[in-house]
Amino acid sequence: MDTTQITDAPPPTDSPAPQARRKGPGRMGDKIFLGLSRGSGIFLLVIMAAIAIFLTYRAVLAINKDDGNFLTTFEWNTGIVPPKFGIAVLAFGTIVSSLIAMLIAVPVAVAIALFLTHYAPRRLRGPIAYVIDLLAAVPSIVYGLWGALILVPHLNGLFGWLNDYLGWTGLFAWDEGPARSLLTVSILLAIMILPIITNVSREVFGQVPQMHEEAALALGATRWEVIRMAVLPFGRSGVISASMLGLGRALGETMAVATVLSPDFDIHASLLNPGGGTFAQNIASKFSEADDFGRDALIASGLVLFVITLLVNGAARLIIARRKEYSGANA
Amino acid sequence: MKLQRKNRRALALGALAVSGALALTACGSDDTGSKGSDSSSSAATSNSSVKCDDAKGQLLADGSSAQKNAIDAWVKNFTQACSGVQVNYKGSGSGAGITAFTQGTVAFAGSDSALKPDEVTASKKVCSGGQGIDLPMVAGPISVAYNLSGVDNLVLDAPTIAKIFKGDITKWNDPAIVKLNPSAKLPDLKIQAYHRSDESGTTDNFTKYLKAAAPSEWTFSGGKAWQAKGGQSAQGSSGVAGGVKQTNGAIGYMELSYAKDGLNSVAIATGAATPVKASSDGATKAVAAAQVVGTGSDLSLKLDYTTKAEGAYPITLVTYEIVCDKGNKSATLPATKAFLRYIASTDGQGVLSGIDYAPIPDAIITKVRSTIEGLS
Repeated sequence: MDTTQITDAPPPTDSPAPQARRKGPGRMGDKIFLGLSRGSGIFLLVIMAAIAIFLTYRAVLAINKDDGNFLTTFEWNTGIVPPKFGIAVLAFGTIVSSLIAMLIAVPVAVAIALFLTHYAPRRLRGPIAYVIDLLAAVPSIVYGLWGALILVPHLNGLFGWLNDYLGWTGLFAWDEGPARSLLTVSILLAIMILPIITNVSREVFGQVPQMHEEAALALGATRWEVIRMAVLPFGRSGVISASMLGLGRALGETMAVATVLSPDFDIHASLLNPGGGTFAQNIASKFSEADDFGRDALIASGLVLFVITLLVNGAARLIIARRKEYSGANA
Repeated sequence: MKLQRKNRRALALGALAVSGALALTACGSDDTGSKGSDSSSSAATSNSSVKCDDAKGQLLADGSSAQKNAIDAWVKNFTQACSGVQVNYKGSGSGAGITAFTQGTVAFAGSDSALKPDEVTASKKVCSGGQGIDLPMVAGPISVAYNLSGVDNLVLDAPTIAKIFKGDITKWNDPAIVKLNPSAKLPDLKIQAYHRSDESGTTDNFTKYLKAAAPSEWTFSGGKAWQAKGGQSAQGSSGVAGGVKQTNGAIGYMELSYAKDGLNSVAIATGAATPVKASSDGATKAVAAAQVVGTGSDLSLKLDYTTKAEGAYPITLVTYEIVCDKGNKSATLPATKAFLRYIASTDGQGVLSGIDYAPIPDAIITKVRSTIEGLS
């Protein structure tokens, strides 16, 4: 009611002068802002297209000369004649290590976020949140060094235990080498993506309308029931978005993986034995000695990572869109 | 609220500074530390032999990281004598070095392997009227180092090494190893064979040796990428050395300067009277058995990996400096010639053995010197 009055017929008091002043530049500002934001949007699309075109062009150059099948060859040898390389092992390693990292990190991150928002004493919340922020700022090479020097020697116990009790599955068989396998990488990646998932989830859980929680409490819910019925459904799409941010980091992580993994071009049934590899790790370790052709081949593998990342983000958007009924807008 | 936000910003800034510093210090690559500078300062007394001529300006170079420490030592001595020249060698890898050279962005490149025919063709664009040539400057023994408590003097031959690295021999008390080491107490322990996960001239030379000396065992085609399946792998010589150090029962190959602090080098049974341990002297002797196969002023070498010469250590890597024989850029030619002249000189080559590299034998380095004088 009030707003229509202001625009249609300004109140007779002292407001006309400021109103006029606001009107002119306001429209101009709108136009500039529209132009700017539209321009930025188009600019982003142009950059993406340029990257895709560059990658595709170089990739096609390399794949045309590939003697093996680019998708199924278990080998990466660009220096020999004829060159033979394929991404099967890299795709497998990238996806498996990221998925396991997610399986470990997401539950822990959600638990920490819930603890911080609903259980922790108020004066603990700030410091813990700061520490998590700091963890997110540690560069990945530092995680890599920590992983290689401290995590790897200390994982022998866990690997031995897994081998003793779950070795019969084949998935956790271990032949007592240093623990530099895909599972080690997954654990390290889980630690690396934990802060970002925790922080975003914490923000989301902090946004849960007080009314919902109070309503649930009024109906006699326990604190856990409040979380289950009010907090988690409200935060679900936020947690999914946070997880996708983490997954993005895990998929593209380079130096930490290169430092910790003992890569080879084979797919092993066991997660504990050394071997495998990821796209980013392979690019980092092969790039400096590669000739022009070798670089094109690495770029071709980079293109595949680009596509996988796009697919993952697309899938995440679909999931979030389907869960719209839980979002805050309808609350 | 406001106060809190301010705190947060300060904290974030602090975190950024700390992590930034960490990131910067973490950037150093395969560097074996101060060893190079120690010995170069002792050699610096004799740098009166450096002839600067009219060299000045900045000399850019890039390439093999295997010779980075040698170049660093040389640069230190050279720039002490010729203060007008700044030599800037980035050890970003042989492939990157050759690419930079064929694009004309560096005066010379360092490489673990000689130019391939298509790279020579590419170099003709930069070297007007000439082409890129290889000058052997540094030899380096590649040590096969192991970590096995209680065993100090392990002897292995090429077929056994090949079988270990391709996974056919998996235990330290395998009959083949026992036969070569009758007096050693070899445990019933699994062998962890480490190779390089990145592409590397070290791998290239190591597998060339296996292919030449154990052709029936090592049937892979070779190259800078490791081809055998299985085993452990790590990034860079430093990564391999670190991995072998961490694991009892591990074995790996690396440049000699990394094979220390708890690592023992394998003595190779070459067919000579006594097995040969990796040493800079042994590497020079092995290079002496090499043949010059380059044509014209190109001096690329073909090493004899099966040499049985007394004391010659066969697993040896030679790094080349790559320059144009004709058509070097006139601005950097005097500085290039002066620097190469110094590193090929007796003094320059003398620096090498103190830092776990090996000088090029006389017969070959004499040819290198006369080629340098002819550069234009």
